[in-house]
Amino acid sequence: MRIVVTVKYVPDINTERGFEDCRVVRSPAEGTLNELDENALEAALQLVEAAGQGEVVALTVAAPDGDVALRKAFQMGVTRGVRVSDDALAGSDYFGTAAALAAAVRKLEEESPVDLVITGMAALDGLGSVVPVLLAAELGRPALHLAKKLAVSGGTVTVVREADDVTEELSAPLPAVVSVTDTANRPRFPNFKLIMAARTREIEAWTAADLGLDPATVGAAGARTQTVSAAPRPPRPETQLVTDKGDGGVALAEFLLRNDLV
Amino acid sequence: MTNRTILVLLDPATEVRTGVLELLTIARGLGRVEAVSLESPTVEALAQLGAYGVGTVRQAELPPALHGDERHLPAVVAAALAAAVRRADADVVLLPTSFANKEAAALAAHHLGAGLIIDAAAVSEDDDRRVVGSKRVFAGSWDTACAVTTDVAVITVRANAVVPAAAEAAVEPVVEGFAVQVPELPVTLVSRTVKPRTSGRPSLEEAAVVVAGGRGTGGDFGPVEDLADALGAAVGASRDAVFEGWWDAYIGQTGVTIAPRVYIGAGISGAPHHRGGMQAAQVIVAVNSDPEAPIFEICDFAVVGDLADVLPQAAAEIRKHKG
Ligand SMILES: Cc1cc2nc3c(=O)[nH]c(=O)nc-3n(C[C@H](O)[C@H](O)[C@H](O)COP(=O)(O)OP(=O)(O)OC[C@H]3O[C@@H](n4cnc5c(N)ncnc54)[C@H](O)[C@@H]3O)c2cc1C
Ligand SMILES: Nc1ncnc2c1ncn2[C@@H]1O[C@H](COP(=O)(O)O)[C@@H](O)[C@H]1O
Repeated sequence: MRIVVTVKYVPDINTERGFEDCRVVRSPAEGTLNELDENALEAALQLVEAAGQGEVVALTVAAPDGDVALRKAFQMGVTRGVRVSDDALAGSDYFGTAAALAAAVRKLEEESPVDLVITGMAALDGLGSVVPVLLAAELGRPALHLAKKLAVSGGTVTVVREADDVTEELSAPLPAVVSVTDTANRPRFPNFKLIMAARTREIEAWTAADLGLDPATVGAAGARTQTVSAAPRPPRPETQLVTDKGDGGVALAEFLLRNDLV
Repeated sequence: MTNRTILVLLDPATEVRTGVLELLTIARGLGRVEAVSLESPTVEALAQLGAYGVGTVRQAELPPALHGDERHLPAVVAAALAAAVRRADADVVLLPTSFANKEAAALAAHHLGAGLIIDAAAVSEDDDRRVVGSKRVFAGSWDTACAVTTDVAVITVRANAVVPAAAEAAVEPVVEGFAVQVPELPVTLVSRTVKPRTSGRPSLEEAAVVVAGGRGTGGDFGPVEDLADALGAAVGASRDAVFEGWWDAYIGQTGVTIAPRVYIGAGISGAPHHRGGMQAAQVIVAVNSDPEAPIFEICDFAVVGDLADVLPQAAAEIRKHKG
């Protein structure tokens, strides 16, 4: 079982996040592995462990700071990390990102087959939830998006997904692309040995040229959308705080009525 | 007004939900509006579409080999949208935001080489006549605007983006069929079940008012439901409350993302994951027994108190007012 897990380097949701020149600020102080990709890593590690053999490769498209995300993947037990970095990729939209990820998966395929690509359900910076599907489309593989349960047997992958009040069971032949939700599993905590090993593990850095990507189709040059403005919201007016002394509910109702919210 | 053509996905076809009426309202501000449907619209649906200015309903004729529920698969919806855009020579496709529609939108944009915007709160046109989608990001702390630089734009729009308004003059919609080729589906749909909509309450995704309960309910959602029903609101929960089995749908970054007029959180601490899914609400109210609860930082109005006392009293007061 050989699995590629795509991991994104994103600003920590517990910090002040923002934009500069219409691009998300990604600073090493606040940058981290997209938390939802931990579920993807966990799913991949479990499948390889169950198979008793194989490899999990963590793959990111990011500036060199993105190594933070790969190191976290190593800490969970991943043994190989690939980062695709290139100035030509800066400013990529969903399609450019998916194209770069797909090209990297294809390059990995040249070495030996990749049975599964597993992704997180969404990147917590943009909350798009579309890269997994676009990556599958680029690779010409079936997409099983938002898996809450995932099983592989006899060359078939089966998932259960729950979204928008609908529960579906889907299956597809391998190789496939699967995204897993935050409820699919509980990501493991890294142990001391893995944390130590993660420090020295080598990260392979690939460029757009290594992947044969046409610079005109990726990055800002190939983007089909362009962020034209980004502004912080004005601070909310101070909270009106009422302590319940027996009439807190009346105060709440009055607030709603006074503001025409009923 | 321009000579642009905007396609709005009628989802579902049997009932025109508020979310779709909102999209039709937005679409009329951009150009000529048409609807795309994967099923045959009912007479009531057609009348409502006409009232909102839809002159043409494009109804997908799917290959007979497709099994019943497969028409809901995003790959099929995407194929229909792409075919409809080509047929109508449309410039913009609007879909109500949902996980399934994001997937369909992405695939349709992939087929069409179109620009894609997810979760827009407003759609407009800039000085260069480009379509611009605005959205609120980073848990409601930033406003961004994104211009589409390709000929076609595919945009999912979140609920409560506008107040739905009928057209000045109603029209009589014409239903026009169009053939859709669906390439062999790479994914097999083994089973599909739809959760029945809760009796009488609006859906969490679309509701203008939402009352949400968290771990602080201790498992008793009675007070939350009571206030919700007094307000005609939807009921939601935190993820922890859902994990406990106390409610079935949670609000947040990985659950349902909402932007209602009013959000009332009771017994919810306001973790970043939760905030990410509700901080775009216009008015935020919280009831929490801990005066230091983080949710208070983002509230307009808050009561420090026990929700089991505060919510029923508020509900009674509102019922009294409504008479
Ligand atoms: C990857 C990931 C994704 C997540 N996604 C989501 C998500 O989408 N949505 C989500 O909600 N969570 C999500 N979570 C969980 C989130 O981090 C929090 O754990 C969760 O939101 C907390 O739920 P809560 O506020 O109900 O519980 P708590 O944090 O335990 O808060 C309970 C609150 O109730 C108050 N309280 C107690 N008793 C009373 C009373 N009688 N009256 C009034 N107040 C009372 C307490 O003071 C406290 O503030 C996610 C977590 C992870 C790791
Ligand atoms: N730049 C990236 N590098 C690696 N993986 C990514 C990148 N962007 C998105 N992904 C993957 O796609 C998933 C969904 O992202 P999104 O569609 O952007 O919400 C994430 O959880 C990641 O697994």
